[in-house]
Amino acid sequence: MTVFLIIIVVALFAITVWQLTRIFQLSRNTNTLDSSQIANDKDNKTQGNLMLAFGIAFYIFMLYNFWSFGDRALPAASSEHGEEYDNLLLITMAVIMFVQVITQGLLHYFAFKYKGKKGQKALFFADNDKLEFVWTIIPVIVLAGLIIYGLFTWSDIMDIDEEDDPIVVELYAKQFSWIARYAGKDNVLGKANVRFIEPSNPLGIDNSDPYALDDVVTAEIHLPVDRPVLFKMRSQDVLHSAYFPHFRAQMNVVPGMITQFAFTPTVTTDAINETEYMRDKVARINEIRREKNEELVALGEEPLTDYDNFEYYLLCNKICGVAHYNMQMKVVVETEEEFNVWMAEQEEYSETLGDLIGAKKDRKSTGEELAQVEN
Amino acid sequence: MSAVGHVPVNEHPHDDHHHEGNFFTKYIFSMDHKVIAKQYLFTALFMGIIGIAMSIFFRMQLAWPSESFKIFEIFLGKWAPGGVMSQEVYLALVTIHGTIMVFFVLTQGLSGTFSNLLIPLQIGARDMASGFMNMLSYWLFFLSCIIMLSSLFVESGAASAGWTIYPPLSALPQAIGGSGLGMTLWLVSMAIFIASSLLGSLNYIVTVINLRTKGLSMTRLPLTIWALFVTAIIGVVSFPVLLSAALMLIMDRSFGTSFFLSDIYIGGEVLHYQGGSPILFEHLFWFLGHPEVYIVILPAMGIASEILATNSRKPIFGYRAMIASILGIAFLSTIVWGHHMFVSGMNPFLGSVFTFTTLLIAIPSAVKAFNWITTIWKGNLQMNPSMLFSIGFVSTFITGGLTGLVLGDSTLDINVHDTYFVVAHFHLVMGISALYGMFAGIYHWFPKMFGRMMNKNLGYIHFWITIIGAYGVFFPMHFVGMAGLPRRYYDNTAFPYFDDLLEINVLITIFAIITALVQLVFLYNFIHSIIAGKKATANPWNSNSLEWTTPVEPIHGNWPGEIPHVYRWPYDYSKTNEKGEYVIAGQDYAPQNVPLQEGEEELNH
Repeated sequence: MTVFLIIIVVALFAITVWQLTRIFQLSRNTNTLDSSQIANDKDNKTQGNLMLAFGIAFYIFMLYNFWSFGDRALPAASSEHGEEYDNLLLITMAVIMFVQVITQGLLHYFAFKYKGKKGQKALFFADNDKLEFVWTIIPVIVLAGLIIYGLFTWSDIMDIDEEDDPIVVELYAKQFSWIARYAGKDNVLGKANVRFIEPSNPLGIDNSDPYALDDVVTAEIHLPVDRPVLFKMRSQDVLHSAYFPHFRAQMNVVPGMITQFAFTPTVTTDAINETEYMRDKVARINEIRREKNEELVALGEEPLTDYDNFEYYLLCNKICGVAHYNMQMKVVVETEEEFNVWMAEQEEYSETLGDLIGAKKDRKSTGEELAQVEN
Repeated sequence: MSAVGHVPVNEHPHDDHHHEGNFFTKYIFSMDHKVIAKQYLFTALFMGIIGIAMSIFFRMQLAWPSESFKIFEIFLGKWAPGGVMSQEVYLALVTIHGTIMVFFVLTQGLSGTFSNLLIPLQIGARDMASGFMNMLSYWLFFLSCIIMLSSLFVESGAASAGWTIYPPLSALPQAIGGSGLGMTLWLVSMAIFIASSLLGSLNYIVTVINLRTKGLSMTRLPLTIWALFVTAIIGVVSFPVLLSAALMLIMDRSFGTSFFLSDIYIGGEVLHYQGGSPILFEHLFWFLGHPEVYIVILPAMGIASEILATNSRKPIFGYRAMIASILGIAFLSTIVWGHHMFVSGMNPFLGSVFTFTTLLIAIPSAVKAFNWITTIWKGNLQMNPSMLFSIGFVSTFITGGLTGLVLGDSTLDINVHDTYFVVAHFHLVMGISALYGMFAGIYHWFPKMFGRMMNKNLGYIHFWITIIGAYGVFFPMHFVGMAGLPRRYYDNTAFPYFDDLLEINVLITIFAIITALVQLVFLYNFIHSIIAGKKATANPWNSNSLEWTTPVEPIHGNWPGEIPHVYRWPYDYSKTNEKGEYVIAGQDYAPQNVPLQEGEEELNH
């Protein structure tokens, strides 16, 4: 496909150059008569026609883009507010394409239709209050609609209702990885600060805070479907941004403060893998990877693994350093039961802490022994 | 030298011996606004070559990830071991590309070049209010260019925190190599740039207000002057805020203050910073950053308005509405900055306010677009290259501007923020559009600058391949954004999920390379025409504004005799009298310095 595209582009480019050199040569001949470098009737005609041709080609190109790249757009949202989001996006896109098609059409058509001719008289048309009023008021009305719809959706999304009993999860960002911390049984996160960070306590959890004891630190996010989740975000070094594209969720992670974003996942990982969109997507990607593997094997390199299953992911979407492009975390949406099973397997912070204290004692005693030996 | 503008008009102030000067005072440390305009233009074009070359480099990395290219080895040296672009230099290229294109090419290439060239010529002044300040402004700009370019050769790498240089990344060398000396040079360069821009802008404002010739009221000004004037005002209002942000960042970096930093653990230790907020920096940055995009686009709008009217042989439609929309855009531009920060962690209520103001700005923009389209309606379009670029400008401004409806809506911004959708949007609406405005201006005023014509056929080739290529780059890019691909990723193959976007990236890169290459045609045309172009006539485009009443060979002081007086607005194209004949028999235009003809009415535009 890529090769095909390249060939088309290069071919079109070659044709353009060829045509343009012809125009160049043709006009050069006439230039012996008229070398003023000011557009003459002939230029006006050629360029006016090209304007129309370009206008049409532009329409075709837009269609081609929608037709062949449209399926790359994200699938339908996997979160509750995402539905509203998708709806608003669809309406906005419809408005955009409507205006785009009309205005580009008029622009290029007028450029073609009114191309200059000797003796053609332009219309002295300096202003028209009615016309200007109309095209001021139409955008006002359309925009008012979009603004109102947008603002309602925005306040719905941003207004976090603690009474829905959301699962509280901390997203902890650092160069270049994410860590999650579940608030545990009490659903309250223990206090934390970078000043408590130790190799054994990478999140800087305040060990003296009793709320911290049942917190659960994990390397991937599991979420029960249809249950609100409230993410509290912290960063230890630079700005990051927690971006969950499939859930239409994003919030920057800012060192020195806690930011938050809440949403309710509605589609489990298993369910989204069953959708036609995702099956096609996975198949398409595997096809690409197989092609690539043929090349790699021919070069004697390690082939890529197959893309078995789609997994939701969390990306970093604020430039944060050299490995910014690879700062990600797996997100699993599953049924309540599956979630509970997974959660039960995780270690609570108090257990980690207990192990640590034990380990510290061990280390201390061996240290003392060593000291004695040396003495 | 500021006296130049005030020389009594009845004197013949420009006897040759007056300003003979040597090579240095004439061409290098010149205080003549026309020479300074050329200096801005040459410098901006030079920076543009570098900026565009950088974009080609990182586009190649995106299309053919981690492949080895000889060209990388040559230009990037140690940053591309074995010809494979390193992650560090990818981010540095992205950062410096943005900085150079926004500030050094589009700001000074448009505002610097055309304010200097057109303000005195179109308002009928002998020079800028202060020739010395004007010269100082250019040389500070030159100095800031030198410093910015020198930062590319720093051992630890050039600034690489993105052109928005958000701290803490830009403040901590531990976080990224480019935040060491490279970032210091970036900040110093920008501080000097701001000083230069302020000196220039104040000068433009004073000149437009005070030095208009007799009869040239504000409502008879060409729209170019209106646009450049308002641009200068926005610059004066907003650039100082960036300077304060840069100074505070310098203090955080070098003197241990905590304006923007707090609670940071990096490189195995806790830093002492406490109580600062990166969000404060974002506010300060975008308080300039957003007006900045209008600083870039307003001059292009003014240039396009002027050229569309001239080449349509028609008055600009809705002259007063055009002025009102310039003022409206300028005012709104200073209260929309928060739309860059919907998901920054600032209070969501602020997001609502900024959504409201942001979508409001679509109204004057829409009015402008409709007025341009109406201007060419029923015209007698003279398809000069400058006209083509102006039409292209309207086209890309609409295409790029419309997607602003998505990004300006706080709700919709959540999921496209910082994706390629944003990159596609702003490149079309302010990058490509502003470049088209700049090209249009160069083709149109080339005869005024150099007394020669550019080759129109090369101009046509330049235009058509550029517009096809630019749409080829940025239209498909929207789809990459809709797929949820974040920007500033060195490599998109870290996730199998994005594998099927690679073919779009390849397509984009090929278009980008073609578009960049065809700029060489422009460069050839530009340089060749300066030396050997066809000699221009005094008013090649049959234009109304005052600059075409000066002699072809530019002279110091602009007009050999008296400064012309103005009797009408600049858009009396194809104006007819009651009998349906042109007001001036035999020509479809009535220059501003021609008094009203018998029986001719001055319309209240």
